[in-house]
Amino acid sequence: MQKTIIEIVDNLNVDGVYKELTDPKSGGICVFVGTVRDFTNNEEVVSLEFETYKAMALKEMQKIVDQAMVKWNLNKVVMRHAVGVKEVEEPVVIIGVSSGHRDACFAACRFMIDTLKETVPIWKKEVFKNKTVWVSAHP
Amino acid sequence: MELLLFGIAKDIVGKSNIDLSQTSALPNSVADIKVYLTKEYPDFLKLSSFAVAVNSEYATDDIILKDDDEIAIIPPVSGG
Repeated sequence: MQKTIIEIVDNLNVDGVYKELTDPKSGGICVFVGTVRDFTNNEEVVSLEFETYKAMALKEMQKIVDQAMVKWNLNKVVMRHAVGVKEVEEPVVIIGVSSGHRDACFAACRFMIDTLKETVPIWKKEVFKNKTVWVSAHP
Repeated sequence: MELLLFGIAKDIVGKSNIDLSQTSALPNSVADIKVYLTKEYPDFLKLSSFAVAVNSEYATDDIILKDDDEIAIIPPVSGG
């Protein structure tokens, strides 16, 4: 099975990720799943809408995975982000790594989600009952 | 020369791309693009920041543009 999976998808299915990450040389797997929360600053969220500049987003995601593979000894990596309309409790992003030991798993997983949020051209619009807000757009 | 717009940039301009060859002075550099946008659409000044990508890579202000470059406005990202 391939060593890294980097994808942007309409529907994110988290069920198969263990199979994608398991590896005979791995002693641990870390998976982070970002999901839609019901309230932002005491306002009820109806849904989130994600859009992307896909060609660039995939390149930036690849850079993050490449950096992580240099920094830590990883056996398998999954980085998959959803786009489109997502409702409360739905998954929107999944980051998974497998490695010989847990320290590398935790550190790499953390690094990859934190960096994705900083550099990958994906935008999230929060839809409330009476308004919509592009997250982080304004100071 | 086409400018792609995403997220709030698309909302500010009201469409998902601008044909820069229709503008009076064709922008020479990434810095020119930023000047053009903030002049034509002052709401760009209200954003936390915005970046420009040339051929799907983040580009610094000094990058010189070519006719067939794919240029995109990258407002503050918010994935995850």
